[in-house]
Amino acid sequence: MASTYTPIATYTVASAQASYTFSSIPSTYTDLVLIGSCKSSAGSGSSYSLGMRFNGDAGTNYSSTYIIGSGSTATSGRSTSASYMMPAGTMAWSASSEFTPMIVNIPNYSNTTTYKTAIGRGSQTGAYVMGSVGLWRSTSAINSITVAPEFSLNFEAGSTFTLYGIKAA
Amino acid sequence: MADTFVKIQTITVGPTGSTDINFSSIPSTYTDLKLVFSLRTTYTGAANQDISVFLNNNGSSYSYRQIYGTGNNVFSTYAASTPNAVADSNAATSNTFSNGEFYFPNYTSSNYKSYSIDQVIENNALNTNSYLIAGLWSNTAAINQISLQSGAYNFVQYSTATLYGIKNS
Repeated sequence: MASTYTPIATYTVASAQASYTFSSIPSTYTDLVLIGSCKSSAGSGSSYSLGMRFNGDAGTNYSSTYIIGSGSTATSGRSTSASYMMPAGTMAWSASSEFTPMIVNIPNYSNTTTYKTAIGRGSQTGAYVMGSVGLWRSTSAINSITVAPEFSLNFEAGSTFTLYGIKAA
Repeated sequence: MADTFVKIQTITVGPTGSTDINFSSIPSTYTDLKLVFSLRTTYTGAANQDISVFLNNNGSSYSYRQIYGTGNNVFSTYAASTPNAVADSNAATSNTFSNGEFYFPNYTSSNYKSYSIDQVIENNALNTNSYLIAGLWSNTAAINQISLQSGAYNFVQYSTATLYGIKNS
């Protein structure tokens, strides 16, 4: 049977590090899915979002729109002309007992005609549940993905990331 | 290449109904689990019913944080209890079933089990909601059983749930 949901790469953080890059992503799939289970080096009570960049682009070419629930308040917000997108949610802080699930879908990632969109959600039971969409204003095919806690903190040891490719046929 | 997105089991409720949908003896050989469901119950007190979802037949150490919209308002709540799936009830528009999925990353790890729930009820009438939920089972055991329970009511015929295993290699 042909495999239609294929792991491209998986990574487990062994000791605190600022970011991780999936590089040399094949162009042969239709869509990408990134699954994370992560924690940042933030102090207790501070929740940082999963930041994402494509192809090493650190320019202000990203925007995000999100909905977020704190457990008492539901809000929505945006970031525009930013140096990274936030396509998922906030993650557990260093002392937390949980690693936060992150699920990000990146459809049609290898085309060279459209800007690239990522949609996802994060489930930090200790603080926030969040759904978000991010936009990279580039028509380039995505060949690398860099993730970081808003490119300002570290991932804690034990954080894991797996990138899957999905073929439409 | 070995299959990496594998159906473990599908349960479809028959004509006599059922008060529970149980996945037991879940293999430990995958990386993540995904449970996809479509549910309706015999409850008539409201157009939808909360469905308890227990892991390993364990009724304690759960919490969840959610954001949900009703079509004219949005809410966020937190509870130190089991996060629920949701089902259309027999008070809802006929032939409507809820739609949702649970995602359990790293379900065999020795960490607490964090998971995501996305679900919707749409029946072209009242009590139609869309949810994003962050769930946490504060237990270090590997997940080997998932049980959906409708309490004093039955899941009706054609309610279904499918459990998938996802491997990262």
